[in-house]
Amino acid sequence: MTSATPERTIRVVTLYDDVMNVYADRGNLIAIEARAAEHGVGVDVLSVSLGDPLPEDADLVLIGGGQDREQRRVADELAARGPVLRAWAAAGTAMLAVCGGFQLFGRWYRDASGAELPGAGVFDVTTIAPGPGAARCIGDILASAEVDGVWEVVGFENHAGRTYLGPGGRPFARVEYGRGNNGEDGTEGAIFRNAIGTYLHGSLLPKNPALLDWLIVAALHHRYGEGSPRAQIEPRPAPYAERAHAASAAVARRRSPKFEPVVK
Amino acid sequence: MVAATARSTVRERAALILGRAAGTAARRLGRGGGTALPGLVAGALAPSLLERLARQMGQGVVTVTGTNGKTTTTHLIAAILRAHGVQPLTNPSGSNLERGLVAAYVEDAEADGRIANAPSRVGVFEVDEAVLARLFPRLTPRVAVFLNLFRDQLDRYGEVDSVGEGWGGMLVSAAPDCTLVLNADDPSIAQLSAGTRARVLTFGIDDPHARLAQAEHASDARFCRCGGRFAYEAIYMGHVGIWRCTSCGERRPLARISARQVELSPEGSRVDVDMDGASITLDLPMAGLYSVYNALAATAAAHALGVPASTIARALAEAGPAFGRQERFEVDGRTVRVLLAKNPAGLNELMRALIAGSPEGEPIHLLAMLNDGVQDGQDVSWIYDADIEALAGRSVTVTCSGDRADDFALRWHLAGVDPAAVVPDTEVALDDALRRTPPGARLDVVATYTAMIDVREALARRAGMGAYWEKAER
Ligand SMILES: [Zn+2]
Repeated sequence: MTSATPERTIRVVTLYDDVMNVYADRGNLIAIEARAAEHGVGVDVLSVSLGDPLPEDADLVLIGGGQDREQRRVADELAARGPVLRAWAAAGTAMLAVCGGFQLFGRWYRDASGAELPGAGVFDVTTIAPGPGAARCIGDILASAEVDGVWEVVGFENHAGRTYLGPGGRPFARVEYGRGNNGEDGTEGAIFRNAIGTYLHGSLLPKNPALLDWLIVAALHHRYGEGSPRAQIEPRPAPYAERAHAASAAVARRRSPKFEPVVK
Repeated sequence: MVAATARSTVRERAALILGRAAGTAARRLGRGGGTALPGLVAGALAPSLLERLARQMGQGVVTVTGTNGKTTTTHLIAAILRAHGVQPLTNPSGSNLERGLVAAYVEDAEADGRIANAPSRVGVFEVDEAVLARLFPRLTPRVAVFLNLFRDQLDRYGEVDSVGEGWGGMLVSAAPDCTLVLNADDPSIAQLSAGTRARVLTFGIDDPHARLAQAEHASDARFCRCGGRFAYEAIYMGHVGIWRCTSCGERRPLARISARQVELSPEGSRVDVDMDGASITLDLPMAGLYSVYNALAATAAAHALGVPASTIARALAEAGPAFGRQERFEVDGRTVRVLLAKNPAGLNELMRALIAGSPEGEPIHLLAMLNDGVQDGQDVSWIYDADIEALAGRSVTVTCSGDRADDFALRWHLAGVDPAAVVPDTEVALDDALRRTPPGARLDVVATYTAMIDVREALARRAGMGAYWEKAER
């Protein structure tokens, strides 16, 4: 850790982290704080929960997963904040929405009871939770990210909902081992500018250091502008993270089904 | 309770014989003691064996469920019953699915399917929380103990809420002569008392000094079933404490088995308990506040079965650890203590006990083992919900091991405690950790379930003890 006062800082907003945190999503924030410190970047974290106002702006937004009950609690308020979040995303704010948070960052989510929850609309995706009896998508997952310099991402997925990309939707990654958005089309998550939605937890960022650096750079670009010297970081090794990544990737290759597209 | 007198069917008897043969064969092959195999074989041949077992227990059946503490609490209830002169029938440690219960029956039954002295015996079974809803109507327990509900192995259970909902549905049809032993301090347990005709006996802690300085991360029941948010006068662990709902006003019920004063020490605890008006002092040989909860639950269950307070206190003071739960081994001049940790709440409590055990900041020597088998939870993300940061800034030497040693090492690194070594192999890691522990000092092994089995076997061999199935209690 560097002890010098960093001359650059990113503002991270965590959304509903006391409600939506079912799969160790806090690990993503822990990783951002530790890695940013290694790069000499300060992190100013603002936790925004139910009823709290959103700040003027954010460089990086995090939202985690929740059970149906928790998603119902935040859905209306999150949907009402949709216009602000969409404007932020359009202006290049980095975002990471995981699992239930990804579903609610889509257009809408129909839960297992049939109730339709409105989404924030950051991603052009819709999600339908099949009724009881349908298998959850559970297991190790390995996918190749459609993000420059990120390549392979690893994590664990555990979701009932099946997510489908709309005409304006682009996948975050292509599934190699595991199920992804719906188990049918091989897509995993969604990406819009610097905003990423995904089913991967694990926690995701600690053991995907390339993605972690990509998000930190995106947040710096948003804060200082792409050309600014303060928005640049030097490549740095991340030995613990790289070994954990390799171990998780080996487990996914050994234990999860190689993705085969469903022919309808 | 009426003991079953009907003779077992031919099919059931054949199933018992084949199940027992399977257990013997497994042991001869040295395959992990075969604790579940006899039940698997016999249960598949005669699904009615579970009912046959339950109906024979003349003094009824006790079930113990919850995320953390099942094995220890079951062990303690059995110890109290023995001290009371009642021979319990219990399932092998941790084998808490239907096959584990049937295995206990297979091992104990006579050739004709009868259990010796059945009219005077009690069945004491730990039951997996996801399986209880199905087994409850078949076991018709006299006493059903509910310890706590934390996030655990979400890859297997799906969501925490669905486990609680399954219990709620099952208790609607509980018999009026069944006693539910409920943890008053865990709102998701205490709220099970609504909508049941069964009797309720609550236990809890009423000592504000035992509270946490700040809330832990691994807190699951933040919201009441009415949708309101819980507020806490005191939090003892996770979401367990003196709670009330800020919306509907429901609050933590009065605990009839209440710990008025709790003193924790590195080696054990001393607890003053109000028991339906009577006072007893429990001297517990196990460390940690979670051990206090297990002892209170066992006390409540024994009270519901009519065991006198003095017998309970005596039995708890003399009870040894359950399998792999704070068991100690002497190896190479070091004391090695084995601690099972398989979910965030459990790991948090272990770390709290470790810190309490080194009040002056003495060095803590750890072997931290993370496996990702089905019994451990294939999803290892839970390590990020545990507050490992609590150990940062202390003098901690940790060797990371297990199938997911690299994932664990990364977690410790991010918590500010860089591992001294990362060694997946159990034997090599044990050598490494022992070497880093000075002679005379204690090495604490924190391990998930299958890692605990592995390391315990290695330790038992080095300490000259037999494998666990050779001394398993019945
Ligand atoms: Zn309420």
